[in-house]
Amino acid sequence: MLTIPQNLYDQIVAHARADHPDEACGVLAGPARSDRPERFIPMTNAARSPTFYEFDSTEQFRVWQEMEERDEEPVVIYHSHTATEAYPSRTDITLASEPGAHYVLVSTREPTSTEFRSYRIVDGRVTEEPVTVAE
Amino acid sequence: MAIEVRIPTILRTYTDGAKQVEGTGSTLDELLADLEQRHGGLRARLVDDGGLRRFVNVYLNDEDVRFLAGLDTPVKDGDTVTVLPAVAGGAI
Repeated sequence: MLTIPQNLYDQIVAHARADHPDEACGVLAGPARSDRPERFIPMTNAARSPTFYEFDSTEQFRVWQEMEERDEEPVVIYHSHTATEAYPSRTDITLASEPGAHYVLVSTREPTSTEFRSYRIVDGRVTEEPVTVAE
Repeated sequence: MAIEVRIPTILRTYTDGAKQVEGTGSTLDELLADLEQRHGGLRARLVDDGGLRRFVNVYLNDEDVRFLAGLDTPVKDGDTVTVLPAVAGGAI
């Protein structure tokens, strides 16, 4: 299960909406081993594409370094699908490389409602999990 | 002195769980060959026939080696090499 504070949930949705129709992506960092997302880190989608996302490698290094210094980890890795459902694609599954992270997908295909779902992706296996939004 | 290599979680199966290993060499290619002696299988996760794998980032100190000389990037004692899996995906 993913428990996420309302303000972080809102920031992910706002980022996805702002970058629509391109895919938006980013990280929620939290204390190591806490499973608690606390810090919103929007990332540049270096692919700037409606069907693909990729963290900018230099920015990723800086952000990962910073998390390391703060004893944090990427608790959530999020990205948007802008024309399809919020379910991991084959590409998402193949490239998933943080077995400890919650993979959040949001879909902005509907203009007025945003699908927000979370998954574990480990060794090519996808497990959806419930999302609880906390105040 | 040696070159320090930082290993991401997903590749620590090749390093007995170690976050950090050490190696030697004068280029990144030589360093990876040296690591392969003690951490068999690691190199193939980073390199294929075409060079560095598309979705693996390797940094020399704080610079992506793709912006340097890739596998031919010179390395020296005291350097830190960091491996991070690219974070990527998409709808298709």
